[in-house]
Amino acid sequence: MITSGHLLSINDLTRDGAFEVLDTARELSRITDGAIKKLPTLRGRTVVNLFFEDSTRTRLSFEAAAKRLSADVINFSAKGSSVSKGESLKDTAQTLEAMGAELVIVRHGSSGAAARLAQSGWIKSHVVNAGDGMHEHPTQALLDAYTIREHFPEHDRDFTGLRIGIVGDILHSRVARSNALLLTSLGAQVVLIAPPTLIPIGVSSWPVEISYDLDAEIESLDAIMMLRVQSERMNDAFFPSEREYARGYGLGAERVNAMKERAIIMHPGPMNRGLEISASSADSERSVILEQVSNGVLVRMAVLYLLMGGTAIPTEGVLV
Amino acid sequence: MSVVLDQSEIDRSLKRIAHEIIERNHGLDSVILLGIPTRGVTLAQRIGSFLAQIDTQVPVGSLDITMYRDDLRLRPPRPLVPTQIPAEGLEGKNLVLVDDVLFSGRTIRAALDAIGELGRPKTVQLAVLIDRGHRELPIRADYVGKNIPTNARESVRVQLREIDSLDQVEVTL
Repeated sequence: MITSGHLLSINDLTRDGAFEVLDTARELSRITDGAIKKLPTLRGRTVVNLFFEDSTRTRLSFEAAAKRLSADVINFSAKGSSVSKGESLKDTAQTLEAMGAELVIVRHGSSGAAARLAQSGWIKSHVVNAGDGMHEHPTQALLDAYTIREHFPEHDRDFTGLRIGIVGDILHSRVARSNALLLTSLGAQVVLIAPPTLIPIGVSSWPVEISYDLDAEIESLDAIMMLRVQSERMNDAFFPSEREYARGYGLGAERVNAMKERAIIMHPGPMNRGLEISASSADSERSVILEQVSNGVLVRMAVLYLLMGGTAIPTEGVLV
Repeated sequence: MSVVLDQSEIDRSLKRIAHEIIERNHGLDSVILLGIPTRGVTLAQRIGSFLAQIDTQVPVGSLDITMYRDDLRLRPPRPLVPTQIPAEGLEGKNLVLVDDVLFSGRTIRAALDAIGELGRPKTVQLAVLIDRGHRELPIRADYVGKNIPTNARESVRVQLREIDSLDQVEVTL
């Protein structure tokens, strides 16, 4: 179980806790596969999507997850709100809690925003980090781990022996950090592949390998995770031209053909087709990009369910 | 602590329940058994094998009701366990729910909600190994292994050899 009542970072989860989320998501997928599309579990409870940054799939995915558990969802996006009048994170969050929010899903451009919200004592709600600056995006890492696990059933309880490449804009990527932490804690070997300018300082403390050469690594990878080149965060010249980036680190047909037989292609979305991933690779048989989206809803349902449970100590037999 | 049912008594109770199921449904056409995890599933399988000995084989499945409980606020979330609905579905069946202990009735209410999502059985019947009283909802069992009057603070512990390596029901304070 997630003991802190929040999911701010992958570090909030032990290895067993991570498997608990993944197992719960798998059972939810079995339940919602058939006739049942909606479960009554969180009926009457309110979840807020507090989004200070643009997002399509993460916000929709959390919303879908909450609705499939019958929770009420309030969507908040900074654009068109009082945030543009200068309202602070604290006041916004307290306002939403006063309206009955019990769990806040927050995305913010500043690293640590979710932790601030959870730990400052401003609000009593559970907090789920849906991406904070260049720091972490734990539910994305969980859905990626879920997707990898479904494709490698022989690694169901242990990712040891899987080699996973994360390619591209590591510097600006919260997805890369969360994934590196989670996948290595599950036992996988993670290699970050990027031009030196897009590797963050301090990466030596991460439990990963670093490579600057995609072609040297491609044949050894079981899964390749292409990261979006985050032009909106790039206020410097990190590479000479888009064409040169695509040639060095883009995933085109030739590289796809060099991959292991069962290797899969992942992308957290949104994709820059033609830059980090070619259209043919994104649509190839190896691509699991749409599965990642469906799995995202399941994993987020699991997180909401596990966070919103009570805390009383179970008494044997009382509710049998 | 006192043992209220031992292995042979559990066997006899389940065999009797099997006979009663046949009697009440005039045979086993369109009867299916659904056990409520964990021990309800084991009991459903045992009743199923008695039915097969006496008459004929019926489909046996399991129904996890965790997501339908109304006490999520009060208790830590429980791990989910598989729900297996027999391939022929529930539509028009005489569905027998099987659980180990009937107490407040809330588990059965949750199970009825879950069944409502899955289809429309012709009838829903309830078989339990132990009925210990203290109902909080208007729910009763159709087939009861043994009625055990209990104090609300006592707990009833059902152990089955498939899970607990012995067959025994005990009441502890």
